[in-house]
Amino acid sequence: MKHTLAVLVENRPGVLTRIAGLFARRGYNIESLAVGHTEDPEISRITIVVDGDDRVIEQVTKQLHKLVEVIKLSDITQDQFVDRELVLVKVNADPNTRAEIMQIVDIFRARIVDIGRDSLIIEATGDSGKISAIETSLRPFGLREVVRTGKIAMVRGAKFKNGQG
Amino acid sequence: MGTTGAQRLIKCLQDENVTTIYGYPGGAVLPIYDALLDSDIKHVLVRNEQAAVHMANGYARVTGNPGVCMATSGPGATNLVTGIATAYMDSVPVVIITGQVATSMVGTDAFQEVDITGITMPITKHNYLVKKADELPKVMKEAFHIARTGRPGPVLIDIPKDVAAALCSAKPLEQLDMRGYKPNYQGHPQQINRALALIKQAKRPVIYVGGGVINSGSTEELLELARRAHIPVTTTLMGLGSFPEDSELSLGMLGLHGTPVANYAVTEADLLIGLGVRFDDRVTSAVEKFAPKAKIIHLDIDPAEIGKNVSVDVPIVGDLRLVLTGMLEKLEEKKHPEWLERIKELRREHPLQYGNDSKLRPQYVMQKLGEITNNRAIVTTDVGQHQMWAAQFYRFARPRSFLTSGGLGTMGYGFPAAIGAQMADPDALVISVTGDGSFQMSMAELATAREQNLPIKVLLFNNSSLGLVRQLQHFYCDRRYTAVDFTGNPDFVNLARCYDAVGLKIETKDQVEPILTEAVNNGRLTIIEVIVDQRELVLPMVPNARGLDEMVQFPFGEEDDCE
Repeated sequence: MKHTLAVLVENRPGVLTRIAGLFARRGYNIESLAVGHTEDPEISRITIVVDGDDRVIEQVTKQLHKLVEVIKLSDITQDQFVDRELVLVKVNADPNTRAEIMQIVDIFRARIVDIGRDSLIIEATGDSGKISAIETSLRPFGLREVVRTGKIAMVRGAKFKNGQG
Repeated sequence: MGTTGAQRLIKCLQDENVTTIYGYPGGAVLPIYDALLDSDIKHVLVRNEQAAVHMANGYARVTGNPGVCMATSGPGATNLVTGIATAYMDSVPVVIITGQVATSMVGTDAFQEVDITGITMPITKHNYLVKKADELPKVMKEAFHIARTGRPGPVLIDIPKDVAAALCSAKPLEQLDMRGYKPNYQGHPQQINRALALIKQAKRPVIYVGGGVINSGSTEELLELARRAHIPVTTTLMGLGSFPEDSELSLGMLGLHGTPVANYAVTEADLLIGLGVRFDDRVTSAVEKFAPKAKIIHLDIDPAEIGKNVSVDVPIVGDLRLVLTGMLEKLEEKKHPEWLERIKELRREHPLQYGNDSKLRPQYVMQKLGEITNNRAIVTTDVGQHQMWAAQFYRFARPRSFLTSGGLGTMGYGFPAAIGAQMADPDALVISVTGDGSFQMSMAELATAREQNLPIKVLLFNNSSLGLVRQLQHFYCDRRYTAVDFTGNPDFVNLARCYDAVGLKIETKDQVEPILTEAVNNGRLTIIEVIVDQRELVLPMVPNARGLDEMVQFPFGEEDDCE
């Protein structure tokens, strides 16, 4: 099962290496990882999606906790949270298909952010399901490049008090 | 003139009561060595950097305080790696200072540059690359705090040459507040109550003790727990010395080469109380067959150890001494006459034994050494058959008296560790038990020991081979022995003389007592070479993927192998 972990860490060089390195050497698989600083510039927040059974997740969280620079760690999988990914898609678009693509973009409430001679760049945000759906819909036209950020997530309401991204 | 980073660093070390540094100089640590000259901290010049970490490790294990070592950038730093990993695996508090190329050169593949913080990330509890001299007071304070608290471990501080030379104006740090590092010391009261309930119900309980009991200084509490609840105690390799082996409740060591009584008792137990242990595979063997009838209580300061290898019925995270003290307040007296009778029977039926004939046997030598030293010497070992014979046949009577590389299994550890141990406790009798393979990995440190006038005894079992690897080939490779014979061994007695030490040799059984007695009383650095038959095996032995009760016991194999 996929788990979403919210990790608050000291905003210092090398912290991400420590976390990614820990996953690699203990044989845990990172599905996605997104990092950025919070409203407190000394604290970064890392959102990690990791796949594994309860035992694996328990070890992942305990091992992460041992890192001196990890301030707080929450497995928010069971919580009510809002999550988003951002995707940029460069899709083939000749004059014949352009209108159809623009319709799809409209349906998904995405945006066209660049127009080339025979291609478009589309920007979309949403949860993983929506991002996958837009990818599937555009695939028949020919995807030239797809770039996805990792998932970021925030628990609904006021679960956290300080330093939340 | 103001204070340089290097001068501040030395001041910080003094504030932490550091009196000795083990190290090896080089270009990138010149400013620190220069500043060291103006302090009263003693520097011990080693022959290889790896030995410096092992010495700091030996010092730390005897005193409980962090040992400190230092090396230069690049090869100096990488030579430390094995020693750092050794300390990490055995939870030993060591602070390691490395020089680094100047900050302007970092990342350019400069001469003697290596990313030592990157390299040591998986084998340190924490590490630092200091970018500015003003960071030093905080970094040093944090480093010592992290190394010695919680589950102890090595902490590395990498200091670029220009940072050490730059002026440092930061004030000494009075208070530490690390929001990401707050070890949990108090055990959960509810879990403690659950543990007490299980102890009350148990009919065949066993306590299984690791290095955590020694690290937390809770041997008294352990003794009281065992006595009051009448529970037999088995220790891991790292736990040896935490429980007196002459007690009727002592089962000795368990595991791969554990005593039969310990291994059978754990297999028959209905309750296993793990104290400061990590359920290592050398203890459990096949996990699914380990303590199959037992409920498990696991106490440890490191939450990540609980449930890592085996699932646990009652987990308690906290400092062992605090938790045990709390438990003892509520623990009722109890007796287990039937269980103790069963233990006696197991001990009678399956004693720990070896060839008791006229032949010179290493087990006999270890036993005699115990008698002669009243089992109170500090014994360090390397890794191999000698290590297991020392663990099995020297009956450790006090904590912090058995120093061995338990987790990493580092050959070359024992002799430098003995140097650190002897410097930590100059009045102690320190004996480094080793093999001809292991000793050749660190015998250059004879010069260091001689230089420091240390009267260490090296008890060297010479079977002209890598005995434990040979034993594995005996069992698992159909006796096809490969790459285990040493034909180019030096004459160890003469080697001792080269270093102005005493060289003695034991070749027959009747020489054991007089020569050991002479050695432990001569007050000098001494090598005692004991000639051992290559075919000697460490028994019992639990074969791969078997349960602890499926061990191969004495006698086995030797006769077949005599052809």
